[in-house]
Amino acid sequence: MEDNLIYFDNNSTTPCDPRVVDAMLPWFYQNPGNAASRSHAFGWKAEEAVDYAREQVANLINVESKEIIFTSGATESDNLAIKGVFEMYGRKGNHIITLTTEHKAVLDACDKVEKMGADVTYLEVNNEGLVDLKALEDAITDKTILVSIMWANNETGVIQPMKEIGEICAKKGVLFFSDATQAVGKIPVDPKETGVHLMAFTGHKMYGPKGVGALFVNRKKPRVKVVAQMDGGGHERGMRSGTLNVPGIVGFGKAAELAKQEMAADAARLSVLRDKLESALESRLEEVYVNGSRTHRMPHVTNISFKHVEGEGLMMTFNENIAVSSGSACTSASLEPSYVLVALGLGDDLAHSSIRFSLGRFTKEEEIDRAIELVANGVTHMRDLSPIWEMYKEGVDLDSVQWQEH
Amino acid sequence: MAYSEKLLDHFKHPKNVGTLDKNKKSVGTGLVGAPECGDVMRLQIEVSDDGKIEDAKFKTFGCGSAIASSSLATEWLKGKSLDEAASIDNMDIVEELALPPVKIHCSVLAEDAIKMAIKDYREKNGITE
Repeated sequence: MEDNLIYFDNNSTTPCDPRVVDAMLPWFYQNPGNAASRSHAFGWKAEEAVDYAREQVANLINVESKEIIFTSGATESDNLAIKGVFEMYGRKGNHIITLTTEHKAVLDACDKVEKMGADVTYLEVNNEGLVDLKALEDAITDKTILVSIMWANNETGVIQPMKEIGEICAKKGVLFFSDATQAVGKIPVDPKETGVHLMAFTGHKMYGPKGVGALFVNRKKPRVKVVAQMDGGGHERGMRSGTLNVPGIVGFGKAAELAKQEMAADAARLSVLRDKLESALESRLEEVYVNGSRTHRMPHVTNISFKHVEGEGLMMTFNENIAVSSGSACTSASLEPSYVLVALGLGDDLAHSSIRFSLGRFTKEEEIDRAIELVANGVTHMRDLSPIWEMYKEGVDLDSVQWQEH
Repeated sequence: MAYSEKLLDHFKHPKNVGTLDKNKKSVGTGLVGAPECGDVMRLQIEVSDDGKIEDAKFKTFGCGSAIASSSLATEWLKGKSLDEAASIDNMDIVEELALPPVKIHCSVLAEDAIKMAIKDYREKNGITE
């Protein structure tokens, strides 16, 4: 990675671990086979490599290798799960339940099936970002075929009460799908033990390559099926056609194996660093808010609002040194801030003031120390420039100001 | 998105940051935007007896382009007559800072702030256009 540039955007994508890259390299030129070629050694070798990777991936989440469908990534897996379940079980019912804070890949797939005749309920979350279990249970009807709830949120890192949701789904006899993109490889994820029947995840969020992901589909009790969304050669037990991305799948497998070995140590180390970053900023600056639950969340993520400072502007003060994401999207005509933060009940002003720091396996403590300085200085610089910070300091009630909205 | 050198310079070393006494008769204040929209710009001018803008200050809550647009605006305002100031067009700012299309609204905000500050000054002093 580039020297001196601190990468705190691991929820967007993680660097590919050099050990993963090493594992992938022989599968480009030396071993060029198509895993579906049954007639020669190149094909057999590629198939063997894919089988091995499938076991590594299955092993990470304690499922059988036959329950892993390789895809191009989590977006495709989300689409395959939601559209595939709707098409397969549409005769049983047309009702799907999800959350307002889901990833766009889930929300947009739900939008699509709504146009195809589905009835989708979007449940609200509380101010910690957590689902209301009672509301979920009440929302399930005899028409409900699927509950789609993400394991951990990409913006806030908030982890949903998965086991409790699984119990409700089991009791009501509905399928439970989870977009676990941000959780797999970072915290222990066991869909079977949790009552999850379908689960989407991807290689590039767990130090594997981009362009390869998976959908876990439960095979027994219940036997779940999805209608393929890509037609062709009938690969992946007919659920996802298309020549297998052998180098990518090998890399994904290696990344899964490494995650299984190193996840606990990474998580323990990163939560200490995350907490250090958080508490240093909280003690050095006024009006700092951590968004979402601080107890039910991923160990490497913090989403912080710095009141009366605009997130994108703040990022510009340090983006030559630190790479992060902001919940403020000042790039569209609508100027709408993050819908996830708004769903947590944040006012638009605080949502516009948010920065997501997501650490990773390669984060070093000295980077945290440097980031604390840079961010604290950036916030101070921006507050010196901010008319609303000045008004706030003078005791002006900002809600009483007649703003000229544009 | 790569920003121009001029924009980055105005962002890192903003010119004329500060506050003028809004209660003074010689000061006109323009406050535009809203916190909910992600940008608030306050631009102030101090006008001399002979009708020239002798000082201009700003404070902006917003993205880098909004801050640079208002910093540039204060530089341009100094020394101008009110009519000259009122003729500053947002596209002049877009051009000078090479604002990308998604940031054009920042220049519009700056133009609005200039116009509002002039209007405020004129109203305070009973001047009709």
